[in-house]
Amino acid sequence: MAESVQPESAHAHHGEQSFWSKYVFSTDHKMIAMQYMFTGMAMALIGGFMVYVFRMQLAFPGIEVPFYGAVTPARYNTLVTLHGTIMIFWVAMPVLIAAFGNFLIPLMIGCDDMVFPKINRFSYQIFLLSAIVLVASFFVEGGGFGGAWTAYPPLSAKAEYSLTGLGSSLWLVAVALEFVAFLLGGINFVTTVMNARAPGMKMYDIPMVIWMIVIASVLFMASVGPLFAGAVMLFMDQNIGTAFFDPNKGGDPILWQHLFWFFGHPEVYVVLLPAMGISADIICTFARKQLFAYKTFLYTTFGTGVLSFTVWAHHQFIAGIDPRMANIFTVTTLLISIPIAEMCFIYIATLYGGSIRLTTPMLWALAFVAEFLIGGVTGVFLGASGADVYFHDTYFVLAHFHYTFFPIAIIGTFAGFTFWFPKMFGKMMNETLGKIHFWGTIIPFNCIFIPLFVLGAAGQHRRIYSYENFPDLALPQYQDMRVFATTALLVMLGFQLVFFYNCFISWRKKEMDAGRNPWRSNTLEWVAESPPPHGNFPELPHCYRGPYEYGTPGREEDYFPQNLPA
Amino acid sequence: MPHLYLEALSTYASDIDNLILLIAALVIPWFILCELIFFYFIFRFREKDGVRTEYITGENKRHKRWITYPHLLVLVCDLFILVGAVQVWYDVKQRLPEPYETVRIVGQQWAWTFVHPGPDHVLDTADDITTVDEFHVEVGKIYHFKLESRDVLHSFSVPVFRLKQDAIPGRIITGWFEATGVGEYDIQCAEICGIGHGLMAARIFIESPENHAAWIAEKSPFQLVAAATIPIVED
Repeated sequence: MAESVQPESAHAHHGEQSFWSKYVFSTDHKMIAMQYMFTGMAMALIGGFMVYVFRMQLAFPGIEVPFYGAVTPARYNTLVTLHGTIMIFWVAMPVLIAAFGNFLIPLMIGCDDMVFPKINRFSYQIFLLSAIVLVASFFVEGGGFGGAWTAYPPLSAKAEYSLTGLGSSLWLVAVALEFVAFLLGGINFVTTVMNARAPGMKMYDIPMVIWMIVIASVLFMASVGPLFAGAVMLFMDQNIGTAFFDPNKGGDPILWQHLFWFFGHPEVYVVLLPAMGISADIICTFARKQLFAYKTFLYTTFGTGVLSFTVWAHHQFIAGIDPRMANIFTVTTLLISIPIAEMCFIYIATLYGGSIRLTTPMLWALAFVAEFLIGGVTGVFLGASGADVYFHDTYFVLAHFHYTFFPIAIIGTFAGFTFWFPKMFGKMMNETLGKIHFWGTIIPFNCIFIPLFVLGAAGQHRRIYSYENFPDLALPQYQDMRVFATTALLVMLGFQLVFFYNCFISWRKKEMDAGRNPWRSNTLEWVAESPPPHGNFPELPHCYRGPYEYGTPGREEDYFPQNLPA
Repeated sequence: MPHLYLEALSTYASDIDNLILLIAALVIPWFILCELIFFYFIFRFREKDGVRTEYITGENKRHKRWITYPHLLVLVCDLFILVGAVQVWYDVKQRLPEPYETVRIVGQQWAWTFVHPGPDHVLDTADDITTVDEFHVEVGKIYHFKLESRDVLHSFSVPVFRLKQDAIPGRIITGWFEATGVGEYDIQCAEICGIGHGLMAARIFIESPENHAAWIAEKSPFQLVAAATIPIVED
């Protein structure tokens, strides 16, 4: 990040820094955010390469995949397992919560840094270690773990079943380390927002994206305990012969599923909420509108958060739990459609009467809503126990959750990244390239997953390296759909080059053309210079109003920044 | 929707298909309506010179009802789906109608073993017929299955029946089905079970009573034993 001129009034303790203390062992929240952001993006490239390899195998079974080679069944399992693990734990989490949380929280609440900067640095260092362990697990003897990202025992617990003893253990260690990193980060986020807000910033003046990151952090911290315990138990089952999940010695494999999904379902909301917050902020800025019913949105989110702890067993309807339990979890799961529907209605209502400018970030934010709706409505089919008997573990499930996770992790990230890029680097991105990248991502995305819904409805089950052994699924019309989805994937991956090219040329530009507030937005991060210097604000801002005062009657400008006195 | 691609060949298959259609009929209009209004707003409220944005906080009742009423309607739709889902679920998974025969299905890395009760229709007797990756049932008869696993989790899935049930080592899970049409179809393992997961395919043969009887007669170990012992008796 380019160092800009420090105003004289900057805090004395934010002085000059050496290369190491500035870029590597930084405690500055913005630098830690960049570290998380670029580590997450690097992991996204790895996860993207994996999906390229196994989609090629599915479309053209048995070919030598260019830049990879032949995909054996063992490698196929490893690729799908690590693709899922990486995209959720090492892309969605670090980018949406850690990177945006670190970058935005101090800037948007108007303080100079996180309240625990050293814990913050430690959090990233553990995260980086976890990423290294995970990538290393791919190259150890036996290969990486191949028991799916859900790691159900006994397959994950015994090397004789999985044939990847070391890979399984490293996978588990990496996931556990990653949890530690985000626990540390979460403590920081919640404490900072609760204690370090600008004077005058009341609870309802906090920008929605910050609220969402805080609620997501609370959900994460409240749900991860059981899974962390489960991970320790599974690690001991793998390595020292305990039998927590081994039915032959009195253990129970279903126990793991409960621990995993007790965390795993709130986890969906942990990554969903920041993306929803990012979209809400962007939509308000470019529609020049107040967020419709801010308080309702906020309380709806609290409600979603609480409900998200009561739905986990809908992942286990047919897993051998008492069938009567499914009825309870169907009720809670269908109930959660209400807050989520309400949040979508709020986005739509926010657009009403606006003055909408379709910039690249706005396109991404709107696409998030439009695409997430598909993920939402297809979820109803899976939450209804009677229908899930058929859909469970088919490509319908896969397409459904990609219609939630792709909008979250990819669309939400691009929305936030293009929106705050001017703040991060002081330079505007190229809008034309941005729009080419947008359409080049969104259209192929739908072309990938709509055929997969159809294949799922036709009974295609998941995590199969080749359907040649299943005569009902090996029909040529289904193979055509697989080829079509893979082709669309290749197109989509190709268009990502436009994004990296755009980033590169925008970053290389000489002139700092962003200014402080290029989008004429209200929140406090736009008060700081672009990029904000170490210490953020020349003098800490005071907050006078809510974050979405657009089109305030009686004011000439159509926006009213939070820091301006009335 | 599954019925567009696959035959529905169990008594509850069409119930599940109908439930899926019910959900589709309830959520797809919502989806289309939401997207239409969403895109209409995007085009209708594009930035125009001299047109100022409306100041709507959405906090007063007059505005808020635009989201309150729809979300009450969503709740009503949820109730319909809930009733349908629980009815179907009860039929498929909770109740167990009286069986004609009971079979044992065992999953292991990476094959399905089927123990048919044989000519006496009783499981665990000497005339049981054991097959690997081949499951023979008679159309129009209620079967119970006892599902087991020898090693890791597997999932017994018969798409034409719309039936799926995980197999868990250390447990015996009982379920049921009744086929409504003849033919030969896929049995899948729907839970990842190691490197051979993609090989764990079996076939179900749903047979008419005559063909099923003929198959039993051909495979029954009793018949084979009888055939082998007859010459000895004659001696």
